[in-house]
Amino acid sequence: MKILITGISGTLARGVAYRLVRRGHQVVGIDRRPWPDVPEGVEMHQADIRKRPAEDVFRISRPDALVHMATVTHFTTDTEERYRINLGGTRKLFEYCHEYGVKQAVFVGRHTVYGATPDSPLYHTEDEPPLAGAAFKELADLVAADLYAGSALWRWPELNTAVLRLCYFLGPSRGGTLAGFLSKSRVPLVMGFDPVYQLMHEWDAEEAITLAVEKQLRGVFNVAGPAPVPLSTVCEATGKRAIPIPEPLYRAVLGRFGFPYLPDDAIAHVKYPIVIDNKAFVEATGFEPRYSAKQTMEGFRWN
Amino acid sequence: MSFLNDPQVRRNVNRLPIEFDDYGFDRFGLSKKSLVRAYSPMAYLYRRYLKVTAFGLENVPATGRGLVIANHSGGIGADAAMIFTSLLLNDEAPRLGQGMAEYFLTRSPFAGSALRRLGHLTGLPEHGEQLLNDERLVVVFPEGARGAGKLYKDRYKLARFGTGFMRLALKMGTPIIPCAFIGGEESFPQLFHIKWLAKLVNGPFVPVAPQLIFFPLPVACQVYYGPPMHLEGDGSEPDHVIEQYVEELRHAMERLISAGLDARPRSFMFERMPGPDKERTP
Repeated sequence: MKILITGISGTLARGVAYRLVRRGHQVVGIDRRPWPDVPEGVEMHQADIRKRPAEDVFRISRPDALVHMATVTHFTTDTEERYRINLGGTRKLFEYCHEYGVKQAVFVGRHTVYGATPDSPLYHTEDEPPLAGAAFKELADLVAADLYAGSALWRWPELNTAVLRLCYFLGPSRGGTLAGFLSKSRVPLVMGFDPVYQLMHEWDAEEAITLAVEKQLRGVFNVAGPAPVPLSTVCEATGKRAIPIPEPLYRAVLGRFGFPYLPDDAIAHVKYPIVIDNKAFVEATGFEPRYSAKQTMEGFRWN
Repeated sequence: MSFLNDPQVRRNVNRLPIEFDDYGFDRFGLSKKSLVRAYSPMAYLYRRYLKVTAFGLENVPATGRGLVIANHSGGIGADAAMIFTSLLLNDEAPRLGQGMAEYFLTRSPFAGSALRRLGHLTGLPEHGEQLLNDERLVVVFPEGARGAGKLYKDRYKLARFGTGFMRLALKMGTPIIPCAFIGGEESFPQLFHIKWLAKLVNGPFVPVAPQLIFFPLPVACQVYYGPPMHLEGDGSEPDHVIEQYVEELRHAMERLISAGLDARPRSFMFERMPGPDKERTP
């Protein structure tokens, strides 16, 4: 199969590319960022997904499947640009898929789209609406992109679309949202709150995405690995110091005193859990995580 | 120190039919360590202070899903705490009762995460389903805050029941174990409620009892578990069928309560009632 990966220079995407090549697939990649030591079997195009050269890749390479991982978060990109990339880019890619006869599209989204609230059930299922945008404006664009990708299921029924809502991952690349939160030696907790966090090993996340392409998944799926652990345990196991901070002071310390920076609305994600039920994904793909939460966290600590 | 690390509690926590991970947490964030720490002082209260006697524990399934439906008795949660403790201290087959907590509590700092570590999740129907699906024992007080805030003059009168738990039980094919708690109303006789304070803290009610503090009097309490009820259905029945089932359960609980009240020599009893081995089961 010929598989196009957008955002291929990202840490997770590179891993997916390696896996697909190893299994005998042809991989084509698009990213604005370079991938200097691109491995054999990967055809790399340095381009913007919203611009003409990206369309040329579809027209000339004629991929069978798309893995869309070119989404950005508030950690790197400002609001306007985020909407352009996450929504505008996603729209363009799905249109190209339709136009150039792509059979399978996998949108790799995030489990944070469900939002963290005290009154929602612990295990979110795929039929729940993603509510994160209401309380966390920096996630609104990703929620919209997630829903837009899902709408391809009725817009272009001949295109097999899978929307993956991936939980946090940790791994040797030290990339990803949770790794960013744990990047400094101190981790700010909100005093009196210790939500459970669901995390999986980076390699298991890569494997899950690879499986979604190979099994030609259709629909919306939560992707998670082992059972969640409390945030204080995550800090302890990864060798960080969890420092409980009274809620009124929380915003003031972010980005200072050796704490990581977070947007204001992110505080809900440090107070309340977002945990997803991965039953549907496991049933559809037979996915089995290889690494336990303990192995994942301790691996992150020591590499 | 046995007050915070009770040997019986520790032993029974280790025997619970629940899967814990490398760190001693289950998939809902329940913590083994917190269980021992919280239930140890509860066990002390259970044995020495409220002198609880539990009857009919053989009616509680040793493993697998179950719904314990109990009356509220005393407004500060001592009833719930003692019911949970009686389930854990049952050496034949220790179970962890998992409650459906008031939203007011689970969103508050400290209380929310403490409740979660002890296995009590926000009172949402989804949580009930998730717990029963995982073969847990869920404890429900269908009177809700209406029952917890009962004044002393209304003692042991069951308030209106919700019906959500019945549909949940039918949908999940779960046996219902009726349960009666006796003695809570005397240990914390609610004289009146301070309405403005309740509004101020955004809570359901703030009760006032003669002891003036939020702690029960040392009145001996009893817990009665009735035979499990296996009801027919799948939870999609029309309201009148569900209401009939609820009524049936309500009668079972009323029978347990009145038998429990009759078994006491007097209402303000300060010595322990002899256990079920002395033929006092109603």
